Amino acid sequence: MSEERDPAALEAEDDLFVSAMESPEAARLSAEDISPSSNGPKAEPVLLDDDPDDPDDLFAEIDEDEEESRDTFDIQISVSDPEKVGDGMNAYMVYKVLTKTSLSIFSRDEVCVKRRFSDFLGLHSKLASKYMHMGYIVPPAPEKSIVGMTKVKVGKEDLSSVEFVEKRRSALERYLLRTVKHPALLKDPDVLQFLESSELPRAVSTQALSGAGILRMVNKAADAVNKMTIKMNESDAWFEEKQQQFDNLDVQLRKLHASVESLVCHRRELSVNTASFAKSAAMLGNSEDHTALSRALSQLAEVEEKIDQLHQDQACADFYLISELLGDYVRLITAVKGVFDQRMKTWAKCQDAQVMLQRKREAEAKLQHANKPDKLQQAKDEIREWEGKVQQGERDFEQISKNIRREVGRFEKDRVKDFRVVIIKYLESLVHTQQQLIKYWEAFLPEAKAIA
Amino acid sequence: INHEHLSSVLTSLCVSPQQEGLDDGPDFLSEEDRGPRAVNVDLQTDATLQVDISDALSERDKVKFTVHTKSTLPNFKQNEFSVVRQHEEFIWLHDSFVESEEYAGYIIPPAPPRPDFDASREKLQKLGEGEGSMTKEEFTKMKQELEAEYLAIFKKTVAMHEVFLCRVAAHPVLRKDLNFHVFLEYNQDLSVRGKNKKEKLEDFFKNVVKSADGVLVAGVKDVDDFFEHEKTFLLEYHNRVKDSSAKSDRMIRSHKSAADDINRIASTLYTLGTQDSTDLCKFFLKVSELFEKTRKIEARVAADEDLKLADLLKYYLRESQAAKDLLYRRGRALVDYENANKALDKARAKNKDVLQAETTQQVCCQKFEKISESAKQELIDFKTRRVAAFRKNLVELAELELKHAKGNLQLLQSCLGVLKGDT
Repeated sequence: MSEERDPAALEAEDDLFVSAMESPEAARLSAEDISPSSNGPKAEPVLLDDDPDDPDDLFAEIDEDEEESRDTFDIQISVSDPEKVGDGMNAYMVYKVLTKTSLSIFSRDEVCVKRRFSDFLGLHSKLASKYMHMGYIVPPAPEKSIVGMTKVKVGKEDLSSVEFVEKRRSALERYLLRTVKHPALLKDPDVLQFLESSELPRAVSTQALSGAGILRMVNKAADAVNKMTIKMNESDAWFEEKQQQFDNLDVQLRKLHASVESLVCHRRELSVNTASFAKSAAMLGNSEDHTALSRALSQLAEVEEKIDQLHQDQACADFYLISELLGDYVRLITAVKGVFDQRMKTWAKCQDAQVMLQRKREAEAKLQHANKPDKLQQAKDEIREWEGKVQQGERDFEQISKNIRREVGRFEKDRVKDFRVVIIKYLESLVHTQQQLIKYWEAFLPEAKAIA
Repeated sequence: INHEHLSSVLTSLCVSPQQEGLDDGPDFLSEEDRGPRAVNVDLQTDATLQVDISDALSERDKVKFTVHTKSTLPNFKQNEFSVVRQHEEFIWLHDSFVESEEYAGYIIPPAPPRPDFDASREKLQKLGEGEGSMTKEEFTKMKQELEAEYLAIFKKTVAMHEVFLCRVAAHPVLRKDLNFHVFLEYNQDLSVRGKNKKEKLEDFFKNVVKSADGVLVAGVKDVDDFFEHEKTFLLEYHNRVKDSSAKSDRMIRSHKSAADDINRIASTLYTLGTQDSTDLCKFFLKVSELFEKTRKIEARVAADEDLKLADLLKYYLRESQAAKDLLYRRGRALVDYENANKALDKARAKNKDVLQAETTQQVCCQKFEKISESAKQELIDFKTRRVAAFRKNLVELAELELKHAKGNLQLLQSCLGVLKGDT
């Protein structure tokens, strides 16, 4: 907490912050001008709330290391080997989580544990409750799917349930990788426990229809209503601009996601229809009584069969590379927006505290003229209490704003990298498809020309 | 712009198939097709009689084809002339061939299918109605595409009507038909009104009887090996072609849908590119540009597959039916001949009406033999034409697929080069 630091150290932190962020706005970020209605500069230490969860110190270290650790990010996580445990409606899937790392915070180089889906949800739930209110973007967990899971439980070994499990496995892996990429979350004890300890207490409150689940839904609704009624006096253009940008991004990514899902669907359809046509062409070739034409038609059937496989593979790439990435980012942006909302809430809390303080002051002023020394003392105590709360509120607001700026910077950096990498991979898959097509048609052409 | 205006814009769409730069959009009939329009049929163009459709006009509920003839034959008043014909007149001509006893021994070139713009018009109408819900760019883009689609359907129907006429003009016997000459030359309306309800019903019953007969006749084993083989072959071939035609249509439709998706993806990427505050903006714009181009190519692939494969199969579906009809007619004639033989035997046994029975028998015999003789040649020609058409189209299909795949590959690789170089 800042009370342990002297102003000199405070500045040192700002410098580190600047270097880590490479953003000119960060330089402007000094303690004075965050809160819109502050009572003055915050250089003097205020000693009220001791927040044990405040990882400020932790972050200072991370900022230093962040630049290096980004380049030598040495942790690999894989989620694999889905296994069904139990039978009927109580059955569930268990996944093997393998962590390979040389980072010192881990007790071993290589750890393997078994986790089920609700464990992942439980982890996210804990992280969200710890960090979101401070402005950290906590990666969202993969979505629940009652329908998908039921099929698996009931024991349907068909293609769609196999696909569902694979989709989920991949999503869980991406979730963990994103979580550990976050410098604060990586060092979080819950994360470490999740990755390392062989036994994990069952996260019961993550069930969709549990009491906790319903409570979550109610809270979400309440939040939505509150958001509409909070009209924040935004003095910092950066936040307004960013919020707008994220709103736009949200709209476009959702649109893109829908189009890509449609593409996946049509490509799969194309694959099926091509296979069907291939069979039909083979039959046609069989019934054709001109020998050379018959052979050519059979060859055409073979080409189309290979092409149908190609379409299927491409559809898979469309899906696993692009569609899932977009889905992840749509959910991530919801988390980002959530963090902006938290800031608004913090501001509102601060405002409320100031209103209270004002009232207490007015009350005290009134009591000055009444002859009630006890009440007057109480009023003075209350004023001190609320002054403290106001200052805490302002500090919180300042802190969350600072955190958000850093988080957004990190998020954008990751976003750029993710999209670049994925899009290039995707284009390479398209290149491969075209090269194969060329190969197949080049092999067929002489056959067609040979018809005489 | 309301949807009425939209459809009226298109109803005045006058397409001259010879005009090159008419469509700015994807070129649905590639250069290879602009020459002899006989996409599916390999015909000798004969100087004595050349027929083509030089112009066409699409109106709200009909299409007007300008049939252009060049001929050195003495039958015609001029060496070169044009008339305007509608679809019903083509059908009239076709039906007159089918109904004529004279031509029983020939494969009658299949009638062109009715011009069907309903689906396309409906899409345009929907677009007009939904104009408010999309951006100006999206609307313009979709309108251009639907117009291109309309144009493609239009060109196809022109091609199919033309192929029919060319087949007739190339046939040594049919080209001399009087009705055909009237069709080509008479510059008034042929007053071939659409069949009224009663006539349509009669036709329906005629077809039912025919198909029942067809089964009966087909069941009788033929003495002649050639025809027996042809019968077996055609029955199976026709069914297989039908199946392949349907499956190729479905495949091509999926392909078009996928191309449409890529179009939408390109648009959204463009918007993302203009809005993004990070380095990704250039990235998105480049990829959007790439997808715009590749999806045009994908649309071309689907269109070319449609022309070279789907249309080929559809055409041979109709031709194989016409060949089957020929076999049926021959089969009928054979049954008549055999019945006449039996009647003659009976008459001779009873010694009653022998002369009449003899005459009938001779007539039947001659009819049967005439049909058999020409049918044999027709079926051989059919095979030759079929093999040639498949060869031409399969080769062109493969060449076009290669051309497009190479085009796509080049675009992808050059874009990748730029994107990788930027990082």
